[in-house]
Amino acid sequence: MKLHNIAMNNLRRRKGKVVLLVMGLVVGVAAVVALVATITALEQDVAHKMDEFGANILITPKSESLAMTYGGLNLGGLAFDLKEISQKDLDKIRNIPNAANIRTVSPKIFGVLESGQIKSLVAGVDFDAETSLKKWWKVDGALPEYEDEILAGAEAARRFALKKGSPTRIKGETFHVSGVLESTGSQDDDLLFIAIPVAQKLFNKQGMVGMVEIAALCHNCPIADIVAQISAAIPSAKVTAVQQVVQGRIDTLQNFRRFSLAVAGLVLLVGCMVVFVTMMASVNERTREIGIFSAIGFRKSHIMRIILLEAALVSLVAGIIGYATGMGGARLLVSFLTDHTSHWSMDPYLAAGSIVLAVLLGLLASFYPALAASRMEPSEALRTF
Amino acid sequence: MSYIIADGVRKEFGEGDAKVVAVKRIDMTIEQGQFIAIMGESGAGKSTLLSLLGGLLSPTLGKILIGGVDIYSLNRDKLADFRREYIGFIFQSFQLVPYLSVVENVQLPLAVTHHKESAKLALAVGALERVGLKDKAFRLPNQISGGEQERVAIARAIVNEPPMLFADEPTGNLDSRNSAEVMNLLKRLNSEGQTIVMVTHSNHNALYADCIVHIADGEIGDWQAQKSAEPWKTAVM
Repeated sequence: MKLHNIAMNNLRRRKGKVVLLVMGLVVGVAAVVALVATITALEQDVAHKMDEFGANILITPKSESLAMTYGGLNLGGLAFDLKEISQKDLDKIRNIPNAANIRTVSPKIFGVLESGQIKSLVAGVDFDAETSLKKWWKVDGALPEYEDEILAGAEAARRFALKKGSPTRIKGETFHVSGVLESTGSQDDDLLFIAIPVAQKLFNKQGMVGMVEIAALCHNCPIADIVAQISAAIPSAKVTAVQQVVQGRIDTLQNFRRFSLAVAGLVLLVGCMVVFVTMMASVNERTREIGIFSAIGFRKSHIMRIILLEAALVSLVAGIIGYATGMGGARLLVSFLTDHTSHWSMDPYLAAGSIVLAVLLGLLASFYPALAASRMEPSEALRTF
Repeated sequence: MSYIIADGVRKEFGEGDAKVVAVKRIDMTIEQGQFIAIMGESGAGKSTLLSLLGGLLSPTLGKILIGGVDIYSLNRDKLADFRREYIGFIFQSFQLVPYLSVVENVQLPLAVTHHKESAKLALAVGALERVGLKDKAFRLPNQISGGEQERVAIARAIVNEPPMLFADEPTGNLDSRNSAEVMNLLKRLNSEGQTIVMVTHSNHNALYADCIVHIADGEIGDWQAQKSAEPWKTAVM
């Protein structure tokens, strides 16, 4: 016979009260787990969707520039000492420490097409990388598959009177339009796109790239670190984070987290109150019994230990049930809120966290009732003496 | 040999106009191995006196010495240890813990000691054997009769073999047959050397004691030493 036998027997005998106490805690823990799991899933979903919005890192050739003004007139700028980016350097991007965060590397090279009085910019791109980066592209026709095929931006097609299947000549070479981009409202509307190796050959820039757009998966990714790592890997290039996009993503994710913390705090408070009230009622009901314990020689610490042990056992069970219920709830909630299809598995940190949280909450809320019980005068508790 | 000494003990409850003097002034001495019956009208202060003597209620004035120890000079935990080691309580209405079996109830005072589990069980079974309830060790309190519950309470009081037993109306809820059984049991324990202080309303039960202390208005009215009338022989007959 030890103190824990008393606690266990009491719980076994008072099943109704135990169920009530467990339910109170389960609601609190399940709500927190559901919230945390849902927010995590939503964060991933939002991050994933936002990562699809386009590039968040830009690599351009490093150059020295000089602003030219004379007599108050702005004569524009002059770029000199231009350091080209070698296509071989792109492999270094895949070897940086945060390479796992790099989703897409899209190199580009630019040249000019002149047709009579009309000029247009020609972009040599890797179509697979480009379409991965620009999910919003809609093509009337198909993307170029062959070296002699070209994709025309909406405005460029209008200016050169191009449509699907039309031939056009660039630097003496004949190309056929495989498709026309629907208007995007961006600079892409004015461009003609061809495969990057063709463009390099056409503009005599074999092995070189004009710029590189990179999409890094930004869910908790250290974008500043990635920028620094790429800069170190390719010293000849200027690497810039597209601050607005990055900051926007971070802000959105932080708002989600703040919301989840506020709601979780509120739910925890309610859970705490439920445990406190139930434990206090339980102690009041057991006044006589506590009086007996005290009269026959239990110390204050022994009585507290019995009550806190009961609270810990109940909280442990509530933590386990709460975690399972919360995960089930989160799964249901996320399926309603998003088209998130990520794999759900047991998160050991969340599981351990929710159980520890439940036990801590149970102990915290039971501490005062346990203290009150231990302070009871035995003669008053028994009332018969 | 003086074992329990009440020296100028007074107990007041409440303050100001609401103040009630439960015990005005008690000076008494109980010898080791004595069986004392405390009698008096309801509200005379006998249960309060028992609480004071048993270390359950601190006096407003005066002191209680047990075996030379001023028990109320001990801190709360030390006093709890003292009660566990030296005093067995038998409460009115049995006061068993309903969700513990008979043998677990008997083991309660041992729950916070360092005995081995097997030793605790052996002591509890031994105590139950002494009160004739070994065969009902694993029943719950509500599965045995009132008389048996009182005997379980006695077994719990004697399980760690304290030198003193304090009993408050131990037969208050029992019929005459069960009362006689319980009183005989107490008498037997006393004859084995246990000091017993018992509060009772019953003149018949008081005959089991060596000495009857009459309390009136919080004071000792009469101290009546008696030769044993041996009522247990009548009860057995």
